[in-house]
Amino acid sequence: MKAKTLFDKIWDGHVVRSIEDGPDVLYIDRHYIHEVTSPQAFNGLKERGITVFRPDKTIATADHNIPTKDQHLQILDELSRNQVERLSENCSKYGIELFGLNHSKNGIVHVIGPELGYTLPGMTIVCGDSHTSTHGAFGTIAFGIGTSEVEMVLASQCILQPKPKRMRITVNGNLHKGVTSKDIIMYIISEISTAGATGFFVEYTGSAIKRLSMEARMTICNMSIEMGARGGLIAPDEITFDYLRQIPSIPGIDDLESSVSQWKKFKSDPDATFDRELEFDAGLIKPMITYGTNPGMGMAIDGSIPMAEGKNNEASSSFLKSLDYMGLKPGMKLLGHPIDYVFIGSCTNGRIEDFRAFAQIIRGRKKASNINALIVPGSKKVEEQMYAEGLIEIFKNAGFEVRQPGCSSCLAMNEDKIPAGKYAVSTSNRNFEGRQGPGARTLLASPFTAAAAAITGRISDPREFITEENNVKI
Amino acid sequence: MPKVKFDILESTCIPLPFENVDTDQIIPARFLSATSREGFGDNLFRDWRYKKSGEKNSEFILNNPKFSGRVLVAGKNFGCGSSREHAVWAIFDYGFRAVVSSFFADIFMGNALNNGLLPIVVSEELLIKLHDLVHRNPATEVKIDLGKQTFTIISTGDSVRFGINPYKKECLLKGLDDIDFLLSMKNVITGYETNNRFVQ
Repeated sequence: MKAKTLFDKIWDGHVVRSIEDGPDVLYIDRHYIHEVTSPQAFNGLKERGITVFRPDKTIATADHNIPTKDQHLQILDELSRNQVERLSENCSKYGIELFGLNHSKNGIVHVIGPELGYTLPGMTIVCGDSHTSTHGAFGTIAFGIGTSEVEMVLASQCILQPKPKRMRITVNGNLHKGVTSKDIIMYIISEISTAGATGFFVEYTGSAIKRLSMEARMTICNMSIEMGARGGLIAPDEITFDYLRQIPSIPGIDDLESSVSQWKKFKSDPDATFDRELEFDAGLIKPMITYGTNPGMGMAIDGSIPMAEGKNNEASSSFLKSLDYMGLKPGMKLLGHPIDYVFIGSCTNGRIEDFRAFAQIIRGRKKASNINALIVPGSKKVEEQMYAEGLIEIFKNAGFEVRQPGCSSCLAMNEDKIPAGKYAVSTSNRNFEGRQGPGARTLLASPFTAAAAAITGRISDPREFITEENNVKI
Repeated sequence: MPKVKFDILESTCIPLPFENVDTDQIIPARFLSATSREGFGDNLFRDWRYKKSGEKNSEFILNNPKFSGRVLVAGKNFGCGSSREHAVWAIFDYGFRAVVSSFFADIFMGNALNNGLLPIVVSEELLIKLHDLVHRNPATEVKIDLGKQTFTIISTGDSVRFGINPYKKECLLKGLDDIDFLLSMKNVITGYETNNRFVQ
């Protein structure tokens, strides 16, 4: 039999039918929905007079537009409130499980899915959100879809998809202290650009990837979309199985160990071939930060912004327009540059490990007086853990405000907006113009780098605050 | 999802020669709170079209009365970022029926095809030439023939064949819809669930 990649094994195992000269009809094992990209899909079902085909395979949460303060009160913004209410109505009408606002298991869709055991190796997973790639950390084919495709899944549990090409990214070697999974993926994107993996599905492997925790692997897979990839996955291993073993009850699985023995087979054959192979040395990676308005515009924290020379006209004008928006200049260093906001949270870095790492640097220190900080847990469970582990105390003592769970300032659909012209060091995934609010200037970075910025009030090298003792691996 | 037909389009173009235009620029997140598909065109490229004060930014191309048309000529890697289909709805609602670029982000491309907005990939050379032509003469017209898969700059006669998945081409030419197709396959899907489940 022909050697296959893990991606091919999972994809081919989910093809209900191949259309000649067309896309595959792909069966979906798990469908996550949220309030913003689902209402029009439900409207479509109503217009056709059809129902949800497999309601037990769809899981819902409210996360994108919800406030992160006073969640027990009515949502003030009328349109947002309407979206959240419509989600509740649609879920109750069609029998879909909803972890809505104020539910004890509420949170960001890509945080709660894995946390509650709904994301399992070998699955196909979709959601009307591009960061669905997060779930690839468990050895799944997970990718973001548009609302028309949400409607397809609701109607038939299938979507029509052309099969992407395969790419393997191998990261070998040891990470230096203060360098995290966020820095690995930001480094890769800065090397290959925001379109470097468009048309591909990526498998990440190599010694540096295999040592990462599940949370760190989720951070890597989460940002696959930022280099244009359809998704990214990591073959499941003992770290994956141990993560799943600590979940009190996994929906639909009675005998976890028997499933684990099946999941152990989920890996690429040794002689499987990829359409493109890239290799990186973990030892070359430093803490990263972005300086522009797309995630490919990143550099080592102690580096200098590149010059515009050597780019063609279109690229050069886009580059200068981007720096102009950021209020920065080619050739500038960023270390020491004053900032105004720090945001820690999102589906990229809103899991418990991220807050533990943030706390390593914050503990016993004070927030700089010029900084406004938004600390937003990714889920209710993460929030509970932050209380249980005393992290909330550490943050409060340092002068930070801890918010309630949600997507918050990552896309600023709610009131958590960064004001125009202000600089925010953010652990989220996108630094697009206006992403965190009209005119907001986003600098993407790891939780360590965000912590260093929060206590110094300026862009700072987190390695100065990392010792052998507090260098937690994230 | 809507059923939209596309066969032949002749139109002037609006040029937007920036690389990596992401879906947050096309439609900022704060305008995603609607629960219908209509009306997003009002906020297309909102933060480029309007100044902070709320008045129109006369320097932005959509506010320049010299340029009009149903074809958006974009830059490389158009539509990257968020999967929001609202970006396609906004472009379509504004009046565009086709977007031309040398490279599109995957999800945007799929969303466009699902809504009858035709994404046309041309070479970087042709894209640069087209930007230049349209800038110099906003009356420059192009002809898109989906059946023949040709994209033609009428004044110069430059004509190229563009690629499109044959299944999607058929859907657009006939105004067919993926959901009708999937619903017609219910028995096959149920059969898959019974016999071929990859994940139990």
